[in-house]
Amino acid sequence: MNKEERLIKRYKAEKRFQFYGKAAIFMALLFLVVFLTKIFSTGYTAFQKTWLVIPVNYNADLLYLDPDKKPTTEDINDADFYEFGIETFITLDPDASEDQIMELKKMFAFTFERELKYYLLDNPDSFGKTVDVKLTASDDLDQVFKGNYPRDIPENRRRASDYQLKIFDKLNEDGRVISEFNASFFTNADSREAELAGIASSFMGSLFSILVCLSIAFPVALLAAVYLEEFAPKNRFTDFIEVNINNLAAVPSIVFGLLGLGVLLAVFGLPRSTPLVGGITLSLMTLPTIIIAARASLKAVPPSIREAALAMGASRMQTTMHHTVPLALPGTLSGTIIGLAQALGETAPLILIGMVAFVNTIPGTPMDPAASLPVQIYIWAESAERGFVEKVSACIMVLLFFLIFMNLGAQLIRHKFEKKWN
Amino acid sequence: MNSVIFLTIVLLALSSYFFGRKKAILIQSNKRLTALPKFYGYYLAIWCGAPAFLLYALWSIFEPSIVRFFILSDYSSQGLLEGELNLFYEKVKSLSRNQYSGELTAELQRSAEKYLNFRDIAKWSKVVIVLSLLIASTGYAYTKISNNTKTREPVEIFLKGVFFLSSLAAILTTIGIIFSLLFQTIEFFQVIPLFDFVFGMHWYPAKAFVRDASETLDPSMYSDTFGAVPIFAGTFFIALIAMCVAIPIGLLSGIYMAEYASKRLRQYAKPVIEILAGIPTVVYGFFAALTVGPFLKDLGLSLGLEVSAESALAAGGVMGIMIIPFISSLSDDVITSVPQNLRDGSYAMGATKSETIKRVIFPAALPGIVGSILLGVSRAIGETMIVVMASGLAANLTLNPLESTSTITAQIVVILIGDQQFGDPKTQAAFALGLSLFIVTLVLNIVALSVVKKYREKYE
Repeated sequence: MNKEERLIKRYKAEKRFQFYGKAAIFMALLFLVVFLTKIFSTGYTAFQKTWLVIPVNYNADLLYLDPDKKPTTEDINDADFYEFGIETFITLDPDASEDQIMELKKMFAFTFERELKYYLLDNPDSFGKTVDVKLTASDDLDQVFKGNYPRDIPENRRRASDYQLKIFDKLNEDGRVISEFNASFFTNADSREAELAGIASSFMGSLFSILVCLSIAFPVALLAAVYLEEFAPKNRFTDFIEVNINNLAAVPSIVFGLLGLGVLLAVFGLPRSTPLVGGITLSLMTLPTIIIAARASLKAVPPSIREAALAMGASRMQTTMHHTVPLALPGTLSGTIIGLAQALGETAPLILIGMVAFVNTIPGTPMDPAASLPVQIYIWAESAERGFVEKVSACIMVLLFFLIFMNLGAQLIRHKFEKKWN
Repeated sequence: MNSVIFLTIVLLALSSYFFGRKKAILIQSNKRLTALPKFYGYYLAIWCGAPAFLLYALWSIFEPSIVRFFILSDYSSQGLLEGELNLFYEKVKSLSRNQYSGELTAELQRSAEKYLNFRDIAKWSKVVIVLSLLIASTGYAYTKISNNTKTREPVEIFLKGVFFLSSLAAILTTIGIIFSLLFQTIEFFQVIPLFDFVFGMHWYPAKAFVRDASETLDPSMYSDTFGAVPIFAGTFFIALIAMCVAIPIGLLSGIYMAEYASKRLRQYAKPVIEILAGIPTVVYGFFAALTVGPFLKDLGLSLGLEVSAESALAAGGVMGIMIIPFISSLSDDVITSVPQNLRDGSYAMGATKSETIKRVIFPAALPGIVGSILLGVSRAIGETMIVVMASGLAANLTLNPLESTSTITAQIVVILIGDQQFGDPKTQAAFALGLSLFIVTLVLNIVALSVVKKYREKYE
């Protein structure tokens, strides 16, 4: 091999190495893209809800009400809307057999009674008349309409029967199947029925947990950082605290869940499944992150500031509280937001303290049982029903939205308010 | 009641701030103050609020267990088991709230009345004692400021004390972790021999299920159910698969970012790759379970391989993607901090860029890179949700990445999800696993951090 050839070979190796590097970056970005497209493509349909608009005859006889008198709210509340609903569904196919009537009923969400009742309560004039009422379609038909369920497989492997599909197609031809923005996804609590399940309860659970976490972790972490940076003598004990903080930052999150279970629930007897316990557990977890961020920004404040204040006769405490801490606050705040974003996405510790319980009410205080957004993702992902798949993806989209929002907020605070010292 | 006391303390402390400041201004008219008037206010407010609040907090923490002791002292001589006493006490409490629906006995009735009585006494004595302490301490502080003693120094010492206590939070958390894990683990090893746990080959905790707190523990029930070898093996196996994905991609992209990438590419690609680290792990778990698992299964079918839908490969692979940014940004930092003169020397000898990287920079940066990899391994071992959702929950001892295995974290979740009973070996087993996890990750972190620190010191 002569010199020329060796040089060519070496240059080829150079090119190859560069290619590997580019390929690695490309792979990492590709993962991200595949990942996000997958989530968005399965999730966006959950923001649409399918309604069936059917003619309803609010006939006094069918409701067992007095036809001559306008019914009061109480009358309507007492009326039996289940039987009435069934009678209404039969009008879709007057020749339906017993079994087929049950199938007709299953085309609608089980809340049809309530929906029929509330329509009448809101529109008392429709009593005695036939009007078009919007009812929530069942999860199976919802999925069929969105194209998430294949229709061309044998009937016994399908959730929606041939009969239901026939009626559904007829309604669709008449323009009686409508798709609207799914507001109930944001206002409903969790439900066993995919078409009714929403994220309101887990959202409130997350909100309460994060607030509890913020109100504990931020002050404690800031004060701890101030002590370690500004007051602590340099000795073995403070070194020990420092090692402790660094190690705590790398302890797996599930261990904090065990701490919450073993100490907060078992020893202190705090109520299970509540955002209060969840928030405390998360605050212990985010504490090191915030302390490290706060110390870094305290360190970045130049000594000249402190010296100037001390020279003017301020005490150490006054120097710290009036000058150093306010200057370090933007960096601390952005570190806090990043820590809270981590806490918001955390699942495992919350599962251990029982925040996976099925909660179908919206919690009003941090002491009420609740789930959180990531735990909701887990609960729905483990559910066998296919209709939850799009819900999971939609819930992930909401969670990612908040995380991106928080991270951008942290960036903004950092760029807008942080002083650059040269 | 509790919130009323709390609010009263806060309001009184606030008003004594204004009161103290006003007093200082009064003093100012004929004497020189020792500090700014607001320090007089702080001084009085601290003396008003802090002792009362401390007493109130301690009282609230200890009251339930003291009341419990008094109620149960009537029955301690009857030789009842701990579980029975607990049950009895729960009954007494629910009866006193009028929520009891079981069989009513005279004993229960009497104890419930006694319980209500005690609670009443405790409540009122708490109010009286806390308030009298508050008045006493405020009075003391008031005479102090009337005599115009120094106020700034005590206030600052108090604040410093609060700061110091906050800095102890990290230590308290560590102590809390060790306490909660160790306590349960020791109880666990009193039933299950340590040897069986560390070297046992079968993990089947569902077998050891105690229905009733009073049921006696029969050690023969647990033989061969708590062997953690399959769990440990599964944990390291999945972490290994994850590192096989994360190390090459993370390291190569870190090197490229540090040595080749233009400023623009660095500016945009680096934060985008770091998004991967910000995505919640439950989202990765969902992705692995819904997309990667079935994809690998179908791929396997078309190749004639039998792949489990919950294969170790799916969980480990997705976990690897999650770890890429940790390794890439840490190794990027490490490589950037290698001094420029090493590079210049190599270029001067005629080496190409890649030769310089491979022969000069990489060996120089190796300790730091090893540190970053160890941190990645510790992440992989402690990762929970991906494994819970995408890998199996049954502990198979296997080295086939296409089968399902389970990990320490997944088993902890499996055992502790839903209701759990303390004192049950199955629950304690989760804490024993937690302790092993804590120790392994702690050692990895300490080693990694010290390696990185040494490396940094070398070039700074």
